[in-house]
Amino acid sequence: MITAHLPALQVVIPLLSAPVCAVLGRGVFAWVVTMVVAWVAFFIAAALLFEVVTNGPVSYEMGGWAAPWGIEYRIDRLNGPVLVIVAAIGALVTPCLRYNIARELAPEQQPLFYAAFLLALTGLLGITITGDAFNLYVFLEIASLASYTLVALGKTRRALPAAFQYLVLGTIGATFMLIGIGLLYMMTGTLNMVDLAERLPAVHELRMTRAAFAFIVVGAGLKLALFPLHLWMPNAYTYAPSVVSAFLAGTATKVGIYMLARFVFTVFGADFSFNIMPLGELLMIFALAGILVGSLVAIFQTNMKRMLAYSSVAQIGYMALGMSFANVNGLVATLVHMFNHAAMKGTLFLVLACVAYRIGASNLKAMRGLGRRMPFTMAAFVAAGFSLVGLPLTVGFVSKWYLLVAAIESGRWPVAVLVLVGSLLAFVYIWRVIEVAYFREPHPDAPEVIREAPLALLIPTLVLASATIYFGIDTDLTVGVARVAALTLLGGYQ
Amino acid sequence: MSEHLVLRVVAKLLIPFILLFALYVQTHGDFGPGGGFQAGVIFASAFFLYGLIFGVENARRVVPPVVVRGLVALGVLIFGGTGVAAMLMDGNYLEYAVFAEDPAAGNHIGIWLVELGVGVTVSAAMIAIFLSFTGRQG
Repeated sequence: MITAHLPALQVVIPLLSAPVCAVLGRGVFAWVVTMVVAWVAFFIAAALLFEVVTNGPVSYEMGGWAAPWGIEYRIDRLNGPVLVIVAAIGALVTPCLRYNIARELAPEQQPLFYAAFLLALTGLLGITITGDAFNLYVFLEIASLASYTLVALGKTRRALPAAFQYLVLGTIGATFMLIGIGLLYMMTGTLNMVDLAERLPAVHELRMTRAAFAFIVVGAGLKLALFPLHLWMPNAYTYAPSVVSAFLAGTATKVGIYMLARFVFTVFGADFSFNIMPLGELLMIFALAGILVGSLVAIFQTNMKRMLAYSSVAQIGYMALGMSFANVNGLVATLVHMFNHAAMKGTLFLVLACVAYRIGASNLKAMRGLGRRMPFTMAAFVAAGFSLVGLPLTVGFVSKWYLLVAAIESGRWPVAVLVLVGSLLAFVYIWRVIEVAYFREPHPDAPEVIREAPLALLIPTLVLASATIYFGIDTDLTVGVARVAALTLLGGYQ
Repeated sequence: MSEHLVLRVVAKLLIPFILLFALYVQTHGDFGPGGGFQAGVIFASAFFLYGLIFGVENARRVVPPVVVRGLVALGVLIFGGTGVAAMLMDGNYLEYAVFAEDPAAGNHIGIWLVELGVGVTVSAAMIAIFLSFTGRQG
């Protein structure tokens, strides 16, 4: 009986745990609740994915109102894996929160931090699970407002302007989404995504539909930080608490990509998006620009968090590039890279959290000689860093490979060349750190004895890092799931 | 004490009626215009008036920030708990029809509870915003 309610519980459990955390007086209790809830959410997501893979799409009627009228939660082969990614990253970072937050926040703020964290998780899971366009907007607001709070809780005062910048741009993005969804409702009289997909072809030629499409693409572009709409991201990731950066980098942008893919491929349909509207060309240009500019800027950063944030701009470019081909291999690249990037960026930001915990800084100087003093942490950095570059036997290679195949298949070899150039640039900025960490003497001001990070920080880091290696060698699971999802996307709703 | 005598007397007279009107809007929301959100804002406005006239310190004594935070959380829990209760009674999440033999009566109960949750959270959140703005130093 309980299994029938899993789609609702996926969102309801974190949602209702947030107010409970807010009233718990002590940070420790709130942390325990958060960790238990995040792991429960992960197991629910895994159970839902298993159900979808074996028995096809799962549908849940909120409040017992039948589908096109009521809010429907619908898990299919596209959003099932995304739910698992979001819930897995959420669950893996929770053990780290205790150390990071206990050090960076005042005791009375800690329960509120955990409440905001759970609300962000709720929002991201909700965006992914819902089959209703307006409900998606509501969850988008929940996730966004909670993330602004999380960013604003950073240690330095510069977190506040960063959060404010994120708030302004994020609100513009959310408003654009709302305008687009409103226009769709005006044109079709429905908000259910399956229903929208059936009714939209009749109004494809009308200007209002095109305006709705433009608003939604720009709104989603702001949310997923597609170049040149990425301006909020470097500051937000730099000044947020390190673990929050790991969580947001692993989940928020992935959900943004999912949102864009959902609207572009299933609600509007690939034919409308790529033949009637020139989305393929636009995405390709902005994705390539993002890859090159993001990687180039990353090379010149001395703050490691800022470097990783610019690297994220480039990585989001790869995901958008895969989507722009609108063929199976391109979409496989996008979807596999969603998982891969969540794992490797999560690892890298957690490594910085470990370093910041022991050294108190996360700039390039602080990394001097760390290879010998924090061997496991830096090994995780090397694994995830090489994965970011796309060396063979790492997950990064798998997604780059499908991207290259897709580019050559569609006869765009200059694109393939630019992807390789992007990888070389990534090698430059990752190697800078590795060189400093392994081949330089420790900083003279550094404490004499630097121990390895505490296990609660180290174990999640190593688990994520080993995922970047394991899924680079055994690609059956990730590529298999991504291929089925890509076929679903191109085939529309079945 | 004698400062702003008129304001003080008028405020003291008005506040009970504002609170009563909020409760009317809350409970009458399913027959006329109104509902939890509007009622919550009206209810909170009585506290704003009290704070403006009698000072923020007194307002903090009437509604301590800890209580306000608890009420914000309580409202969300009433709303969500209603949904979970429906789930426990063999319905879907927030399917109010299962609360009574007659589905219409069940819907009535469900909406009343959910609106109560909305009212509690909205009024507490409004008061929390008021207290945090007025309590800021510098």
